[in-house]
This record gives sequence, C-alpha cells and structure tokens, in this order.
Amino acid sequence: MADARDAILERIRTGLRDVAPTDIAAEYAAIPRTYIRAGQLDLQARLHQLKERLRDYDTNVVETDAVSLPRTIAEVLRSHEQKNVIAADGLPEEILPLNFPFISERNASVDTLNACDGIVTACSVAIAFTGTIVLTHGPGEGARRLTLVPDRHLCIVRAEQVVETVPEAIDRLAPFATHPLTFISGPSATADIEMTRIRGVHGPRFLDVVLVQ
Amino acid sequence: MTIRVGESASAPSFQKAALPLLEDAQLRKNVRHATDVIQRKRGVVVAETPDWQELRTAASAIKAHTMRHLDHYLTQFEKACTAAGGQVHWAADADDANRIIVGLVKRYGGNEVIKVKTMTSEEVGLNDASEREGIRPHETDLAEVIVQLGGDKSSHIVAPAVHKNRSQVRQIFRERMNLPDLSDDPEELTAAARRYLREKFLRVKIGVCGANFLVAETGSVCIVESEGNGRMCLTMPEALISIAGIEKTIPAFQDMEVFLQLLPRSATGERMNPYNSLWTGVRRGDGPQHFHVVLLDNGRTRILADPESRQTLHCIRCGACLNTCPVYRQTGGHAYGSSYSGPIGAIVTPQLLQMQHGQSLPFASSLCGACYDVCPVKINIPEVLIHLRGRVVREQKSALDPEALAMKTAAAIFASRARFEAAQRLGRIAQWPFQSNGWMRNLPGMLGNWTRVRDLRALPQQTFREWWKARAKAGNTAATRKNNHG
Repeated sequence: MADARDAILERIRTGLRDVAPTDIAAEYAAIPRTYIRAGQLDLQARLHQLKERLRDYDTNVVETDAVSLPRTIAEVLRSHEQKNVIAADGLPEEILPLNFPFISERNASVDTLNACDGIVTACSVAIAFTGTIVLTHGPGEGARRLTLVPDRHLCIVRAEQVVETVPEAIDRLAPFATHPLTFISGPSATADIEMTRIRGVHGPRFLDVVLVQ
Repeated sequence: MTIRVGESASAPSFQKAALPLLEDAQLRKNVRHATDVIQRKRGVVVAETPDWQELRTAASAIKAHTMRHLDHYLTQFEKACTAAGGQVHWAADADDANRIIVGLVKRYGGNEVIKVKTMTSEEVGLNDASEREGIRPHETDLAEVIVQLGGDKSSHIVAPAVHKNRSQVRQIFRERMNLPDLSDDPEELTAAARRYLREKFLRVKIGVCGANFLVAETGSVCIVESEGNGRMCLTMPEALISIAGIEKTIPAFQDMEVFLQLLPRSATGERMNPYNSLWTGVRRGDGPQHFHVVLLDNGRTRILADPESRQTLHCIRCGACLNTCPVYRQTGGHAYGSSYSGPIGAIVTPQLLQMQHGQSLPFASSLCGACYDVCPVKINIPEVLIHLRGRVVREQKSALDPEALAMKTAAAIFASRARFEAAQRLGRIAQWPFQSNGWMRNLPGMLGNWTRVRDLRALPQQTFREWWKARAKAGNTAATRKNNHG
C-alpha cells in the first residue's frame, strides 16, 4: 500500500514540474472571492424568504413564538395523528408539550425508529436563500439516524438561527466542521423517473418546520 | 498498471455506436425530455443567483490551485482523516481499488454491500469485481436500481436512467421485484423501490460510497444526494468505504460555500438538493465505526501532467454539459462507451486511458461551446477537445493516412503566399468538371462525403486580392474621388 501511495505522489510531483515552487497558503489566500458573502435582507425579509423556499420544496412551515412553542408542537403532531414520537436527547424540556408522551432518543432502537410516527429535533443554522436547515448533530439534534429512518421530521428553527446566504451559514458552522453535518432542503425526493419530482423516497417523507420568533 | 474506465477499452468508436441509438426513437424522446426538464430548472435557479459568474470564477480558481498543489492537499487530507479515526488507502489503478475494497468487505465479514451512486465505482468496475468474489452489491439510488435490475448501463452521470421512461421502469420492477400489478405511476414505482430497499438499509452491515468532495483541511468527506439512500448507506452500516478520485480534493471547509451553491443548481436545477452529508472519520455512537477512504489514481496523474488539459480534473460531475450538448441530446450516453459520457466524458475517458482507447470521443462534438458556458467550474471543454484532437492525430495516425497527408499538404500551401496563389489558380482549373452555376455538388472520392450533405461554393474566377490589385492598377477609386471633392 505504501508503494502505491509513494508512486502516486511521485507521479503527481513529476506531472507538476511546470508549477514553480510557491507559498501555498499565500496562493490560496489570493483566490478571488468576489461572490456575495453577507446578506442584505433584514430579519423579517430573511424569514419570509426562508418560509417561501422551504414551502417551495414541500416543507410544511408553522410559525409560533417562544411561549406558544410547546402548544404549537403538540398541535402539529396531533394534526398528523402522530402518537409514537421520539424527541432528540438534549432538547430543553420546557419547549416540549407536557401532555405528550415522547419516547426518548436513547431508548430508541433502529426498529423503534422504523416503527415510530415521527421525531422532534432542533437545528443549528437555517439558510434563507436556499431553504435549508443544517444539523450538527449535537444535543437536541439527534444522532444522524434519528432524522433519517422515521417518516416524519419536525424541526424547530429559531429566528436567530436563520442566515441569508450559504457563506454566512458556513461561517457559523466552522466551529462544527468536524461534526457530522446534514444539510436538509425539504423532504427526500427523486426525479429519476422522467424527471418527475416525487417527494419522499428513503429519508423522512414529510418535513415540518416550526419557526420560532 | 491496468487503467480501466468501465468497458471503454473494448467499446466501438462513438460514430459507430451512435448509429443504432439515433434510430431508437423512444430513447431519443426520453433523453430529450429529461435533458429539457433539467435545463429549464437549471436556468431558473441560476438566473436567481446574482453572483453566479463570481462563484464560477472562485470555483475555477480553487480547483486550479488545488491541482497545482495536489500532493500537498492529498497528504493533508490523509493526515486529518486518519487523526479522526478514518483509514486512507491509495489505489494506483482499477484492480488495486477493487482488491482493496473487496479485501475490506471480507475483513468485516460481509457478503453484500449497499452502495450510494458512485461513478468512480462504475469506472473501476467494482460491482463485477465484487460479484466475482462472492459479494453482492446492492445499488440504492433509484436510477441505479433501475439500471442494475435491468442489466443495463448508466447513460448519464447524474441521472443514470434518463434513457428509460416510466413504462420501461415498470417492466423492470414487475419482473425483478416480483410485483406483477405495479402501475407506471412514478409515485408508485418510487414507493416500490422504497419498500424493496428499506430492508437492505436496516440489515446490510457494509456501505460503499463515492465522494463529491474531500476536504483536505478537516479530512471530511461530502456526499450530495436527494433520495436519502445516501444518508442510509453513510449512517446505518457498521463499516463504510468511500472510493474517491484524487481530484475530488478541495483545500478547506470554507470552500464548501462555493461548491454547495454551484453543484445542486447545475446538476438537478435545485437551490440545494434535499440532503448534503459531511462527516469526518468516525464519530462514536453515531454512524459507522469503521471508515475507509480509497484514493484512486487510475490515469488521473497522466491528465495532471498535461498542463493544457489539466483543467479536466476540475470537474465536479454535475452533468450540466451533458444536458446542454447538442450531440449528447441526440445520442444519449451509451454511444460514449464509458461511465463518463457527454462533453466531459469525451475529454475524461480518452485521457484516463492514455489516449490508447476512446480516440473517437474528442471528435464527438460540434465545438459549439455550450458545455463551457454552463460548466460551474469553467472548464474550457472545447479547448481541451481541440487539444486532444491534435494529440490523436499526432500520436495515433499514421503519416500516410489520407487525412493526415491532406492536412500536411494544406499546411505547406498555407505557409507560403506563392504556393497559396498557385494552388488557387490550379483549383480554378481542377474544379471545372465538378461545378455548375457556381456550386460544387458532386466531388469525387472521399471529398464526396462533404458534398453529399453540404453545398460547397466553387472557387470564384477572381480572388479578392486579384481584384484589389486590378483595382489599384485602374487608378481612380470611388474613395479617393470622394475625398478630392470633399
């Protein structure tokens, strides 16, 4: 194996004979980044864009405030007749409805995940421009399989987590760069048969976003 | 070294392979429809991105920089990935990669694997190599399932089954999934695939994936997908093996902000595809506890060594150049005889194969430049096509080949004014038997191939230069008269 490694690196170096030795970090820093990094929208316009683009990709968006959050979560779950619902470990207890019997993540086997009606998590960042929520899978966001196997995902997004542009999101995610990261833009989908977009293949077929401000 | 790109070494020339495909009206209709839809969607989401050109410029510069220092970034990636609990392997060619992956699967005691769509695995022929060793590969991307169950070949790097319509898919699923009553409603077909695969996702212990990006700074791997089959294969198994071409490297996490904007819009016409996953080595209690990356050369270092076509390695496999290409849109992907089709395939395949095979591919283009316009990393594909055509002629064609001889003669004539003017005079006489009313319609021999499908103007009795000379001799011109009076 070491042979293949050395041979490949040697072939690369031989192939790059025309490249003059240079300060790699300085050359990297000189890459032109004239694209838009910072967004222009104020909070309300940003939230409006997020809602519009989440809905455009088949996400159900519900708005609420911090006080009503538990009640809103319960309403959304009941509206889909969800009974067996798993809450991600580390979600603050005060945001979950008291009168709803959640299964805790740590007690959920793969079979439990496969059989449950849905899951509730928080997220780390949301991107208005693309209609995306990002999980860094820390406390409250669940291990990766939690938001994958069940059929319905309810994600709580707080207004202060919403950025406008992708570069702004990457800046906020930098401290979590070596976490597992999942960017979610609408429920899973395919267009492999005649380019007809079908919602819901293997990941959750339904995505509810509860936007809190 | 045995460099292999699918079965392209034994594929017929593009021009031969294309003929029966051009007569397949159903296939042409399917390909036309699919590429039209993707292009329309791409157009909308590119138009709403005001800094699209700036993003392309940055992406092109990032990739060019990475290629210039590929050894540095690969070793940086190896170090970071290893520190995070991953293992990095290096594969010089297709057989090397297959041997490493089959060995790992056996080490983890598996006789089947679940796979995320990876063109690189198709390039090295991993499925065949696995089956020869008693390992069953299950494709999980819907289009790849259609291709695998149908005993077919991928015809598009993003949507491998674009050449099939819904009733053809129904036929395959009815037979292979034992569902005789299945309708041809895409929703029902997709639901059938969901049921068929779910059991495998929850049971099979080893996953195989490709990589959209390898982040050198962090040692992370990124997979961009839509269906969630990718997340299933990356998350549920106990062991995960990623096969990645060495050119998939990008320097830093920050660079994701560029590529995550360009790739989805170019590939599927979405602002962001439903799922992007990034992970770094092994995370305790979350996902596979054994993670391996196989870094594949398989001819890529040869491409790197040619400064004029090095940009070929910037490709992020979005498929936009296929959808827009007037040649691909007529023939579909199978004519290219390779895992990589369309304009990018026409430059990748022959170069990976060291110009020993696939020499017809650089000629499968009208050089219209549409591929360059849509390329999110600004690969100048027409420039590389012309460069490769030159290489084919210089390296492959015999000096006595009629075309080579004709070109050499033409070069000699164009190099000298006296020879050029003599040739014009000679041509006026020689064309006499073949022209009528100023047109030549029936040239003899090989030249007839041109006049059979195109009109060719006869050489005029006086060239511009002759006219100019005659005019100067006559003295007064309209222009000078006007000036004198003005």
